[in-house]
Amino acid sequence: MPLTNQPLFAQLVFWGLAFVGVIAALLVIHLRDLFRAVLALTLFFLTIAGLLVLLHAEFLAAAQVLIYAGAIAILIVFAVMLTRDVETGNPSHRFQVPVAILAALMLAAITWVVYKAEWRLVGDENLSPQAEEALKGVFSDTPGYLAQNLLNDYALPFEVVSVVLLAAIIGAIVLIRER
Amino acid sequence: MIGLEHFLVLSAVIFVIGLYGALTKTNIISILMCIELMFNGVLIAMVALSRWVAPARLAATDEAARLALTGQVFAIFIIAVAAAEVALGLGIIMAIYRARGTVNITRINLMKR
Repeated sequence: MPLTNQPLFAQLVFWGLAFVGVIAALLVIHLRDLFRAVLALTLFFLTIAGLLVLLHAEFLAAAQVLIYAGAIAILIVFAVMLTRDVETGNPSHRFQVPVAILAALMLAAITWVVYKAEWRLVGDENLSPQAEEALKGVFSDTPGYLAQNLLNDYALPFEVVSVVLLAAIIGAIVLIRER
Repeated sequence: MIGLEHFLVLSAVIFVIGLYGALTKTNIISILMCIELMFNGVLIAMVALSRWVAPARLAATDEAARLALTGQVFAIFIIAVAAAEVALGLGIIMAIYRARGTVNITRINLMKR
């Protein structure tokens, strides 16, 4: 039985990662020094990777570390350095109070929907025992089944996403090129 | 026991923090970072839903049960689109900085005049 299936361990890890992640997210919007904000953002990405492991999404956790904590964080550090607004660069404008009210309302609405909705959850005895067994098999080896999904049912979106990435790379080069 | 609701509320908290930052910050790079926070909130929600919500007609074979991973497939697409968005967004930021010498959105007001 993998460690992430044990209730006490999962609880400890979840609350620890959730606490650190939310603190890091708050630091991202509160730190005045942009460079430190990027460091907080990197910490946040790493906690999200831990949560993904807890959700049996091992491949996504690896991709999160490589792409977000690696590539995206470094790109943002480059942008911060190149725009030379590092120390003074994270002010807020005057609409803070209405935006805070809007954000709180949105959080309340989402929480209400989450607790009101009647989810058809795995393990609530609405599945046949064979289906539960099959699900257990899938979640014991998510990277393999994820690859099967990507290259069978989602092969076309997979290819389209690679074209999107290519277009973004070419667009970025065209935008930054010296004339 | 940690369940679906915990992860969904956590993702909502992260999303709302990102939303607040994206709407109040004046530095474009800060706004981009807050949009990344929002992306990650959605990512957690996607994967949590794919972990706990049973598909409507779940067949009893491994082959069919892999469709329960649809949320993770879409999470991969989210990560790919976020990477494209950051590359393009930073390109646009550099172009704006080169043209106008600032990354403060209150001073990028060419369309107002």
